[in-house]
Amino acid sequence: MRFMMIMLPGITEEQYEQFQHDPPVDAIAAMGKYNDELAKAGALLALDGLHPPTKGARVSFEGGKPRVTDGPFAEAKELIGGYWLIQAKSKEEAVEWASRCPAQQGDVIEVRQVQEQEDFPPEVQAALQS
Amino acid sequence: MSAPTAHGAIEAVWRIESARLVAGLARMVGDVGFAEDLAQDALVAALERWPESGVPDNPGAWLMAVAKHRAIDQLLRSTRLAHKHEQLAREAEQRLAGAAPGADVEAARALDPDEVGDDLLALIFTTCHPVLSVDARVALTLRALGGLTTPEIARAFLVEEGTVAQRIVRAKRTLAEARVPFELPSAAQRAERLVSVLEVVYLIFNEGYAASAGDRWVRGELVEEALRLGRVLAGVAPGDAEVHGLLALMELQASRAAARVGPGGEPVLLADQDRSRWDLVLVRRGLEALARAERLAEAGGSGLGPYALQAEIAACHARARSAQETDWIRIAALYDALAQLAPSPVVELNRAVAVAQAFGPAAGLELADALLDEPALRGYHLLPSVRGELLARLGRAGEARAELVRAAAMAGNERERALLMERAAQVGAAS
Repeated sequence: MRFMMIMLPGITEEQYEQFQHDPPVDAIAAMGKYNDELAKAGALLALDGLHPPTKGARVSFEGGKPRVTDGPFAEAKELIGGYWLIQAKSKEEAVEWASRCPAQQGDVIEVRQVQEQEDFPPEVQAALQS
Repeated sequence: MSAPTAHGAIEAVWRIESARLVAGLARMVGDVGFAEDLAQDALVAALERWPESGVPDNPGAWLMAVAKHRAIDQLLRSTRLAHKHEQLAREAEQRLAGAAPGADVEAARALDPDEVGDDLLALIFTTCHPVLSVDARVALTLRALGGLTTPEIARAFLVEEGTVAQRIVRAKRTLAEARVPFELPSAAQRAERLVSVLEVVYLIFNEGYAASAGDRWVRGELVEEALRLGRVLAGVAPGDAEVHGLLALMELQASRAAARVGPGGEPVLLADQDRSRWDLVLVRRGLEALARAERLAEAGGSGLGPYALQAEIAACHARARSAQETDWIRIAALYDALAQLAPSPVVELNRAVAVAQAFGPAAGLELADALLDEPALRGYHLLPSVRGELLARLGRAGEARAELVRAAAMAGNERERALLMERAAQVGAAS
């Protein structure tokens, strides 16, 4: 099974930007050690950290048409900071890995299982194969 | 915490901690079998206590502390019972000094991934020791390094639980009787011992990837387990080119797992696979591991080893956006190199296929025909299967059909047998 652990940092966009300019070295070193541990346990498949949303854009589809808004997003409540893609035997194992993350006060890690083809009903699988 | 929730959480902790736990304990007591028993005892204690107390903050250190307690208990008891163990007990006790109950700092240090790397590597070398039979190596490796239970191993290999339990008990006894020390092999022995380790990991992979028995074509749990072992190995032996070569080979082959099974569970051959269903995460990981293997081999002044060469071949397929774009001339050359480095009838048969793709069926058939008297391939269904395909391409339909029927009769996997019969019928109908 694969899981995505999505990091939702408990900070504002401004703080996120600040973080990029003046990265807290200790926290980053701790995170590097954690990532290394995931890799050495054979669990890590991929990971990425994201630039702050101020540099990003949103494409929304109100009324069925794409509408582009550039960052910063004043109304944003939850930011995404990055993700880990891991291989685990159970949701509990993925949750255990997420619990070991040296996260900051207020951060949230959402753990979600990646859909595999066999998770779909047979008719959907057939449609995917054709 | 409710009992089922606690159980899942404990299994998760076990999955993450067990290998380091066994490795750390083996370093202290000098005996992998004893260390594994101690770790199992600690797991039992956790299953008793955690559902009520909750999972401790540092579960690995907790397990280690309990296991050490148990070690001291048992060593003291065996000292009283049998004097011949006295010396052993004293030595072990000295090694355990400072590991007094509650010495969590020591326990935590023993589980630190930076500290425990060599112990993990020594554990892999020990569970894959040539003194053990191949079956025993596989079972003990999955148990001690994968943290798999006896029923899980039995299920994965389609054998009785009792058989696996016996293999593990016997393996532990053999290691103890042969006085296999818990240590990294000497520089002179390392390459040879590594061959045995890589063989075990690849065997686990292949048992899952090319399921040789049963009605399922791919057994995903074993593939994932072998990949995990390969990645752990690459973490603790980062300087060995062939470790990365094997990892590359497994990642690249596994990337095709979803595409090589059809909707009805039947195998889909490489040329017919929907390449959009290849797993790009694994392709990328495989190519990266292969690049590391190449760099290490070049830095070491040696050529690529057999696993890296096979990974190069898999990479040729991974890079081809369609079957028609496959660089068969390069693949034929790689098989040529592989045949010189690690000659085997199976490699020769694969070379025949590659040569046929690169230079035409007649050239391939000539190589395949040379294998007809090969005793190692007697009963190997892929020889008549390949000959059948090449004969069909040469328009010799009658002979082709007979070969494909023969191959079907020899195939051990039911899905594969069905595919071969279907192919024989097609060839027969076309003639």
